[in-house]
Amino acid sequence: MAGADSDDSLYPIAVLIDELRNEDVQLRLNSIKKLSTIALALGVERTRTELLPFLTDTIYDEDEVLLALAEQLGNFTMLVGGPEYVHCLLPPLESLATVEETVVRDKAVESLRKISHEHSPVDLEVHFEPLVKRLASGDWFTSRTSACGLFSVCYPRVSSTVKAEIRQHFRTLCSDDTPMVRRAAASKLGEFAKVLELEYVKSDIISLFTALASDEQDSVRLLAVEAGVSIATLLPQEDLEALVMPTLRQAAEDKSWRVRYMVADKFSDLQKAVGPEITKNDLVPAFQNLLKDCEAEVRAAAANKVKEFCENLPEDSRETIIMTHILPCVKELVSDTNQHVKSALASVIMGLSTILGKDNTIEHLLPLFLAQLKDECPEVRLNIISNLDCVNEVIGIRQLSQSLLPAIVELAEDAKWRVRLAIIEYMPLLAGQLGVEFFDEKLNSLCMAWLVDHVYAIREAATCNLMKLVEKFGAEWAQNTIVPKVLGMANDPNYLHRMTTLFCINALSEVCGQEITTKHMLPVVFKMSNDQVANVRFNVAKSLQKIGPVLDSNCLQTEVKPVLEKLASDQDIDVKYFAQEAISGEFSTIILKYNLHRCKLMTQHYVTLKLKKQKT
Amino acid sequence: STFKSLPIPWSERRRKKLRKRERDFEFSAWHFLAFSQMRVCVCLCTDVSAQEQPELFLKKLQQCCAVFDFMDTLSDLKMKEYKRSTLNELVDYVTVSRGYLTEQAYPEVVKMVSYNIFRTLPPSDSNEFDPEEDEPTLEASWPHLQLVYEFFIRFLESQEFQPSIAKKYIDQKFVLQLLELFDSEDPRERDYLKTVLHRIYGKFLGLRAFIRKQINNIFLRFVYETEHFNGVAELLEILGSIINGFALPLKAEHKQFLVKVLIPLHTVRSLSLFHAQLAYCIVQFLEKDPALTEPVIGGLLKFWPKTCSQKEVMFLGELEEILDVIEPTQFVKIQDPLFKQISKCVSSPHFQVAERALYYWNNEYIMSLIEENSNVILPIMFTSLYRISKEHWNPAIVALVYNVLKAFMEMNSTLFDELTSTYKSDRQREKKKEKEREELWKRLEDLELKRSLQSDGIIPT
Repeated sequence: MAGADSDDSLYPIAVLIDELRNEDVQLRLNSIKKLSTIALALGVERTRTELLPFLTDTIYDEDEVLLALAEQLGNFTMLVGGPEYVHCLLPPLESLATVEETVVRDKAVESLRKISHEHSPVDLEVHFEPLVKRLASGDWFTSRTSACGLFSVCYPRVSSTVKAEIRQHFRTLCSDDTPMVRRAAASKLGEFAKVLELEYVKSDIISLFTALASDEQDSVRLLAVEAGVSIATLLPQEDLEALVMPTLRQAAEDKSWRVRYMVADKFSDLQKAVGPEITKNDLVPAFQNLLKDCEAEVRAAAANKVKEFCENLPEDSRETIIMTHILPCVKELVSDTNQHVKSALASVIMGLSTILGKDNTIEHLLPLFLAQLKDECPEVRLNIISNLDCVNEVIGIRQLSQSLLPAIVELAEDAKWRVRLAIIEYMPLLAGQLGVEFFDEKLNSLCMAWLVDHVYAIREAATCNLMKLVEKFGAEWAQNTIVPKVLGMANDPNYLHRMTTLFCINALSEVCGQEITTKHMLPVVFKMSNDQVANVRFNVAKSLQKIGPVLDSNCLQTEVKPVLEKLASDQDIDVKYFAQEAISGEFSTIILKYNLHRCKLMTQHYVTLKLKKQKT
Repeated sequence: STFKSLPIPWSERRRKKLRKRERDFEFSAWHFLAFSQMRVCVCLCTDVSAQEQPELFLKKLQQCCAVFDFMDTLSDLKMKEYKRSTLNELVDYVTVSRGYLTEQAYPEVVKMVSYNIFRTLPPSDSNEFDPEEDEPTLEASWPHLQLVYEFFIRFLESQEFQPSIAKKYIDQKFVLQLLELFDSEDPRERDYLKTVLHRIYGKFLGLRAFIRKQINNIFLRFVYETEHFNGVAELLEILGSIINGFALPLKAEHKQFLVKVLIPLHTVRSLSLFHAQLAYCIVQFLEKDPALTEPVIGGLLKFWPKTCSQKEVMFLGELEEILDVIEPTQFVKIQDPLFKQISKCVSSPHFQVAERALYYWNNEYIMSLIEENSNVILPIMFTSLYRISKEHWNPAIVALVYNVLKAFMEMNSTLFDELTSTYKSDRQREKKKEKEREELWKRLEDLELKRSLQSDGIIPT
């Protein structure tokens, strides 16, 4: 350490602190982000005695700087001398935990939680817990809000007297007259319950939960719902009915849609927490109500949970419950007036088929799938199509193919390009499930039509789609069905379509293999090197570079190279550039194949070329 | 082919409300019943004797507790019309009659108003309602709601109105629900709410502190949690008049409100929607107590927009309003950080920002303050001004800057000449300092690297 100490004298604290005080916010921010470097230069002792007091006392800064500081201090334990001294970090973090800006405060709390684990039990009681108490009884709401997140980390490791105090503080914050604090307490209630002894969960937490769940502000009530789920997992089954169910039932029928939305959103967790009996008796009717709620937001949230809820129903009565209670609601949602509700349902409804089995699926679900496939909203149809695999496993896709086709065709021609893009992305999956014959007959022409779409993103996706199809159906299929069509476009009067030919060749050469590439594609590319549009010509250069690895070296030397050299002396500056790029690229590929030594040399050459290019 | 993929808000709403009504029906069934039985067309003001009027007034209030579904444009047409005319009658009655306000009337009035206006506001139709872009969803039941608000305001403003009786019914819970309604998307409703709250604040002294605290909470939630609340401008407007009436010296509570709530409101994305009202409140505070200038300007500088030029222009506008009323002794306290910021604004590549800042030199009062302190301000501004006069892309800005430089030259020619002659050496000194910084950090990083290698045992200590 002696050597290091002499180094330190080079950096008087004043210089370093000047950096932290720089007038330019950006520079100040940079310095704070490198606070660990400064601390390292100062050594542990001076970090404790000089740097930390400075940070605690004098930093009044922009929130962005404070955020960086709060984050840094969470990782500072070693820099102040290890766990033994970790409590030195508490004062600056305490003041950061009281600032207004939520992001800074949350980060300070996160760092405090992190370093709380590095405190010994004694230090926790001597230093950490008093800090929590101070925050919990602060004047301004910010410190009390921050305190809520710190109870659960110190509770398990302190004596029972201190534990009692902590519980008391938490209780006080749950009935704070500032709603911000009650919200913070409500959101930490579940976490706090988890570290409490069961007797206190029953005596303390339940009454807090009940009070928060009937708060006058719906923003507090909705947070209590989540806590309710955590609490339910902690209690023995026989206590659930008396202690949490009345409150949860009330939340599911709350007059504010936000609370009901929250119940719907947490429904699967709730179901797991309360177990099969309560699910059968209470949750099934509650779920039905949520599916029929008057606000679309709530219905959509509930619709999203249909599959999970059904999956987790007790096995002995699952089918009966679904058929008699859930399915009728689902049927109604299929013709809901709100598209978000329908599309939420469409994203999960196919999953019911695995639960209900083949016969029920054909009789009850299939009509719903078919109705959604014809829905006026493209998102609904897309969601059905994207989940076809679930149905395929149960009843086979043939049952649907008659309705599927018109739906796909319509989506393929949708006026919104994002919808077209989405259906293209499902094409390889559909092709795999429908089989090559069906594909050739019905869908191939669609895939080719996308290649000449007027939106570039669609043409690009269509190219990629062809590659995936060839991966599925093989090179021979490619040669017979798509390659001729793709190459035909090379003569199109529209240069954008001629370029699409090149993009397709780029994508297909590898999956089609050397023979098809050399025999069929390469001549077309060569021909296009004489195109009158410069964009096409430089794309020829790019293509030749891309497909180079597929070709044999002889072909590269005797055929490709002359073409590239011709392009390298093109009158257009971009064509020249890409041709030269391709030539240097080609060389390195040839050599990679044959000679390690020369490869090294050429890579060097390539690097210098690149460097030159960067310089120019 | 295209699809009607847009949601159909009206039919959607209708369905929502229908379902809501099914649920509410049992609850309000007796009202409907009462309504159909009581459809006797007795006019409150003209048809009955003065003695009978108070009782009929109560009955009509009870009738108007029935709430109708306006999403369904076809249902209960006659009843809706009847309620509308009854409400009109009530409005006229409280306006012209004397001696109508018996003690029993108060709870009935508050009950009728509560039944009609208090409701959970529905989710916004557009997924993320942007008040600057989207059309607000108007309240469908407005034909009734408007009359209820109208009635309530006349009731509160009536000469016979006695706050000492009303305070039993218009209590904290009532006010809390009223404040929640300020989130309504319908600007007409917010406008009425503004008047209602203003009257309540004026008449119920016992509720004042509570109202201020709850507005506080709404704003804090708006700034730090949701960034969404439709009624901020309206609440600020009420506050503007409240601040005006604060007694001097200002209480700590009010100062805290200024620094911890009003100043942070400047950070919200949708500032443009309520900036005028906010700036008005701030200036009101400063006119009350000039000693608050320093924390206010300090706060504005802390939250100065980094990327949004539109907001920056708003900040500059507000700052000019503040400077218009600033006391010279206060000005001296904040001139250093203030002009450092103005110097940055003047050199903004966004010409509207630069232009707005340069306009300060057209303001006679500000000009006089600058002149008095030119020995401090000129050195802060000089570098930016000198550089822009040579570099700014916009000729109008360059012209403005020349004027400003000219003004400075006339104010303090000695200092101006000095700064011109040292401009180059100052730049070089800055560059040297910059280089030293870089070297310091490089040395620090080398040290860190060395230490970590040592601790990993890669090089021996």
